[in-house]
Amino acid sequence: METLFGLEYNVWWFLVFGGVMTGYAILDGFDLGAGALHLFLKKENSRRIALNAIGPVWDGNEVWLVIAGGVLFAGFPVAYAAIFSAFYIPFIIFMIGLIWRGVAIEFRSKEPGTTWRMIWDFIYSFASIVISLSLGLMLGNVALGLPLSEQHDFIGDWLSFFNPFSIMVAITTLALFMLHGAIYLAMKTENRLYTKMTLLAKSFTVFFVVALGLTTLYTLLYIPHLSDRIRSSSQYFVLPVIMFLAIANIPRQLNKGKYFNAFISSAVTIASLLAMVAIEVFPYLVYATNDAKNSITIENAASSLKTMKTLLLIAAIGAPLVAMYTSFVFWTFKGKVELDESSY
Amino acid sequence: MEIEILARIQFAFTIAFHYIYPPMSIGLGLILVIMEGLYLKTGNKLYEQMTRFWIKIFALIFGIGVATGIIMEFEFGTNWATYSKYVGDIFGSALAAEGIFAFALESGFLGVLLFGWNRVSSRVHFFSTIMVFFGSMFSAVWIVVANSWQQTPAGYHIVGEGLSARAEVTDFWAMVFNPSSVDRLLHVWIGSFLAGAFLVLSVNAYYILKKRHLNIAKPAFKIALLVATISSLAQLFMGHRSADGVSKNQPAKLAALEGHYDSTAVADMYLFGWVNNETQTTTGLKIPGGLSFLIHGDFEKEVIGLNAFNPEDRPTQVNAIFQFYHLMVAIGLALIALTLYASWQWRKGKLFDKRWLMSIFVWSVLLPQIANQVGWFAAEMGRQPWVVYGHLRTSDALSKAVSANQILFSLVLFVLVYSTLLVLFLYLLNKKIQHGPDDDPAPEPIGDGNKRINPFLKQS
Ligand code: HDD
Ligand code: HEM
Ligand code: HEM
Repeated sequence: METLFGLEYNVWWFLVFGGVMTGYAILDGFDLGAGALHLFLKKENSRRIALNAIGPVWDGNEVWLVIAGGVLFAGFPVAYAAIFSAFYIPFIIFMIGLIWRGVAIEFRSKEPGTTWRMIWDFIYSFASIVISLSLGLMLGNVALGLPLSEQHDFIGDWLSFFNPFSIMVAITTLALFMLHGAIYLAMKTENRLYTKMTLLAKSFTVFFVVALGLTTLYTLLYIPHLSDRIRSSSQYFVLPVIMFLAIANIPRQLNKGKYFNAFISSAVTIASLLAMVAIEVFPYLVYATNDAKNSITIENAASSLKTMKTLLLIAAIGAPLVAMYTSFVFWTFKGKVELDESSY
Repeated sequence: MEIEILARIQFAFTIAFHYIYPPMSIGLGLILVIMEGLYLKTGNKLYEQMTRFWIKIFALIFGIGVATGIIMEFEFGTNWATYSKYVGDIFGSALAAEGIFAFALESGFLGVLLFGWNRVSSRVHFFSTIMVFFGSMFSAVWIVVANSWQQTPAGYHIVGEGLSARAEVTDFWAMVFNPSSVDRLLHVWIGSFLAGAFLVLSVNAYYILKKRHLNIAKPAFKIALLVATISSLAQLFMGHRSADGVSKNQPAKLAALEGHYDSTAVADMYLFGWVNNETQTTTGLKIPGGLSFLIHGDFEKEVIGLNAFNPEDRPTQVNAIFQFYHLMVAIGLALIALTLYASWQWRKGKLFDKRWLMSIFVWSVLLPQIANQVGWFAAEMGRQPWVVYGHLRTSDALSKAVSANQILFSLVLFVLVYSTLLVLFLYLLNKKIQHGPDDDPAPEPIGDGNKRINPFLKQS
């Protein structure tokens, strides 16, 4: 295959996909985390502030998922087809969670009644938790691999998705998002709410570290091949080290009141975790557990060279634009949340 | 077979529900740009109140459009895995471009549009409104291009055989500008303008009937009437272009649209009628040779009929296709009549005196909605039995890994969720309309706490 700067086009596209997924996890991660934490806030005013902290940006963040879908469809149609038809049920649940999350944010403050708001607060929080868990569950299963037919169609039973490893990944994902969300909210709030968020962020650091520790232990004991590459190469070993430092940095920055640095640290944690998954699965997109021959790789799932080239051009034009208006929006709404008549 | 029917019902249901909202978002986007533009130009507070009121409605519609649209993005993979593999090379690029160029643009600036009124200068706000409008227009571009490629494939070749056959792009621009995409895109855009304009017309006609918010309702009605009149005339023209394209590229579809069976006969055009697929006859009120004239400019020339195609290569639901198509055209003509009459009354200065006219406008909001839905149904059912016209059959396009029960489960779930959404949407929309724009009868004195009396003055 032809190369660009020494890397084959499908490798580039794998990196683009990984980058977009990481962007999604970092950006929507804090929305989902804030949603999962929502019921920890008791006062009406606190809840409104928390909602408006993500108000202007959550929709833009969610678009990263849409882009990731398009990127996978365009670059690796075989993987797109196999993954979404395999994860049919969890994915539908994930989607319905996304519908309710969005609608709940939109609808909640349209009525003054306390019951109305209580119901939507509950739906909002519950949906955010379901989304995070199902996302983690699917990630865990992709990392493990699936039984696939020769045409790369899933031939297993969907109940097998609920295996210990994937459940642990799901819980870890939720913990990480809640940590990330708490830090984001700390960044956007003041006074008592701020103090509360700082405390929550610290508790969720502990929750996350425990969940991650258990998952790692389980991986090393029962599925050691999932850590082969990282254990065997000092070059890759940098990643767990970076992640460790980033996690350790979170409480430190929080204590100093440097919430933005803490936010960057949790973002780095997310990125390095996903990078480790990517390194372990590469060049497989989905490993076939029944017969390695049937696996979906970045070779046999790729689109034509022509499409890959067009796509990279689209990405190269699009990425700076997206970055530009994303930063414009974040910049417009920088600083602590202030409620006004256009708020939720 | 059962899986196929279920998967099709599910796709049709979810996309049809989604398609209630995007046209209103696109159309309202245009009207918001006009309203806010007028505000910037004149500095008149009424336009500000008008704009802010419609931004709130826009937010509600947009929210549901987004929520239901995410499903569509992934439904190709969940339900139509074989199809996704087949067209991924082509279709995927369009979907990726849509995400990067269109959705990121609209949802990015949406935040500023909805929450930025007191945060950015009025020019930046206006800019954001325009960007949201452009974003929604672009999103129609890519999705319609992809769908048009399914209808009239171009710029590709087929590689592989049997189960592993798939289409690969050979010429990106030929793929994008396939024979039907431009006509259909314009038709879809204008259909969206109509959906948005008639929503505004309907709400303001209601206020006028109830004598509420009159100083805002009347100018808003006129803005929307202007958009609606131009669009409905343009729609006739674009619809005709589309029909012309269909006659060249998808003759079986055209024959189904008009219920024309006999291949060697002159084709009539029906105003309304009924098709019997068993006896292959169409009865109704017709213009003899009308279709021949529209296509060839000659009342005597023959038009290819359904019987020129093998039974397995042509659509079976001919009557449904015929009815959907004729309903759309009838609505198109009705909209032209309605808007032209109203514009004439406007010129005579009697527009708002006719209560019966206002009552019609209150209900007219349903017409473009129905036309948009049946238009898609006619276009998509007329494409059957193909998913990719002439290449891939719908029955071959399914996901192999998904069982009928799974689809049924999700379908039931979607029906429940979507009906709840629809009820909530209508409830909230009604509340917003009843509440109306915030036009305080005694505006505060100029320069006192009112930040934006003159939008071009620098603000604190
Ligand atoms: C005529 C235009 C049109 C058509 C035919 C469709 N859509 Fe749509 N879609 C829009 C016009 C639109 C829009 C106006 O851009 C929306 C509505 C509200 C919004 O936020 O964007 C939207 C939203 C929307 C979103 C959410 C984007 C976001 O998060 O902002 C997705 C993923 C899709 N659509 C995907 C689809 C798919 C896969 C379709 C077909 C199978 C489809 N749409 C038909
Ligand atoms: C937004 C408005 C749309 C509506 C209302 C609509 C309507 C429909 C309907 C009713 C069907 C079922 C046809 C049947 O069972 O006979 C269908 C099928 C389908 N449509 Fe559309 N469609 C829309 C847009 C699109 C777009 C934009 C695409 C692709 C980009 C698309 C791709 C498909 C596919 C893949 C199927 C399934 C296979 C099939 O039954 O043909 N549709 N659509
Ligand atoms: C005025 C007379 C009209 C004519 C002659 C007409 C003609 C057509 C034709 C021939 C198609 C099929 C195109 C294809 O399959 O490639 C179509 C589709 C469609 N029509 Fe119309 N139309 C008219 C009015 C309207 C109106 C008023 C609306 C909505 C407000 C509308 C909305 C649609 C939509 C959404 C589609 C499906 C998308 C597409 O295929 O372009 N049409 N129309």
